[in-house]
Amino acid sequence: MIIVTNLHKSFGEDHILKGISTTFEKGKTSLVIGQSGSGKTVFIKCLLGLFTPEEGTIDFDGKIYSELTSDEQRNLRQEIGMVFQGSALFDSMTVEGNVMFPLNMFTQQSESEKEDRVNFVLNRVNLIDANHKYPAELSGGMQKRVAIARAIVMNPKYLFCDEPNSGLDPKTAILIDNLIQEITQEYDIITVINSHDMNSVMEIGEKIVFLQKGHKAWEGTNKEIFKTDNEAVTSFVYSSELFKKVRQMYLEERS
Amino acid sequence: MTYLSAIGSYSIMVKEVFKKPTKWPIMKSLILKEIDELIFNSLGIIVFISLFIGGVVTIQTALNLDNPLIPVSLIGFATRQSVVLEFAPTFTSIIMAGKVGSYITSSIGTMRVTEQIDALEVMGVNSLNYLVFPKIIAMLLYPFAVAIAMYMGILGGWMAGVWGDFTSSGDFIEGLQLDFDPYHVTYSFIKTLVFAFVIATVPSYHGYFMKGGALDVGKASTTAFVWTSVVIIILNFILTQLLLG
Repeated sequence: MIIVTNLHKSFGEDHILKGISTTFEKGKTSLVIGQSGSGKTVFIKCLLGLFTPEEGTIDFDGKIYSELTSDEQRNLRQEIGMVFQGSALFDSMTVEGNVMFPLNMFTQQSESEKEDRVNFVLNRVNLIDANHKYPAELSGGMQKRVAIARAIVMNPKYLFCDEPNSGLDPKTAILIDNLIQEITQEYDIITVINSHDMNSVMEIGEKIVFLQKGHKAWEGTNKEIFKTDNEAVTSFVYSSELFKKVRQMYLEERS
Repeated sequence: MTYLSAIGSYSIMVKEVFKKPTKWPIMKSLILKEIDELIFNSLGIIVFISLFIGGVVTIQTALNLDNPLIPVSLIGFATRQSVVLEFAPTFTSIIMAGKVGSYITSSIGTMRVTEQIDALEVMGVNSLNYLVFPKIIAMLLYPFAVAIAMYMGILGGWMAGVWGDFTSSGDFIEGLQLDFDPYHVTYSFIKTLVFAFVIATVPSYHGYFMKGGALDVGKASTTAFVWTSVVIIILNFILTQLLLG
């Protein structure tokens, strides 16, 4: 379990995170949602150790990140998989090179073992016959799949995704969402997704944390979000007419 | 205050570069790639510039020697001293600050903008060691490039002097050998090694800590070139005082 307690982060005069506390559980897909500028990316980068919070703690299964030495922090990071918004694939490496990179860096496996593992995870993300292509030759959806394959190749305990379906068409976005949820359940890992995509919220949000201006304004599940009276959440989630109607139908059905 | 802060960040960066090294087989391939990119790919421009600079120094010296009491062999002597002491190590380093420095800043800066450096850090890789250390090691071969620059500069001087009818080949070679002090070459190589470290690390600093988007990568490259040149020129003065003064 990841336990976040009273997290504060500022950049100069800008107080971005204002005392966020929450938990993320094993085997569940958790979503952090909020408007642009609400502090989602800063929050996830604090969890990853890319930003150092001024106050508060992040507890990874009993290991408090800020209390670890820099070597221990690096070792903990080897248990983390991350899918960046822009995929962050290494341009100079092929798909195979990108996915094999963590294995090359941190394992003593033979070449054949590494190739088997790479082919296994690439198959798992439904990416076939792309091993020798470079990132520039791939579509946005394929790049996201490679990024997911690279994130899970080391069997991570924690998977973080920063807007994994931004820039993708709705069909591919749902495929990526479902893939992440399947992997979370299959490997029993803690997955935290940073998103402002409402389809993702409804589809895979087993836990949702809603951030507003650096505060945690609400948290619950994708079932509870239909029923909530929290004005900040409803005005954000049901901002489109379509979602307003969906919510109306759901509430009528329930009553 | 900003400059002090930048010097502090640069020093911390250099310290981090030598921490938690990357596995040797991976590092070896990175170093070989950087040697190819930073040294071998620069030899063409180094040869070209040195040849012509040597030629220009010879012609200018010859044109200024109108006193019949001064021996013609002084043309070779002046060419050798100018090329070995200053043009090969310092002038070539300024050129390298532009060519190699902008490559380093733009490649690392692009990795920063596209979150590839964040990806390395999240994986638990010491990104500074992975990205900057191979460049520092590759640049240890830079004195060889400068040795070639010295040779080509003197060759260029000989070609301009002899073919331009400013001096005879014998007089030029006599001047080259006149009052030769091997320590001048040592001084030149010491300077070159210091400049090599500057060329590898200052542009890396500007690329690694850059903020913004694609446009800012270009701005960072320009800033890196300016600061690398400034540092080289200041260090050139200090090292000359220390080693020859």
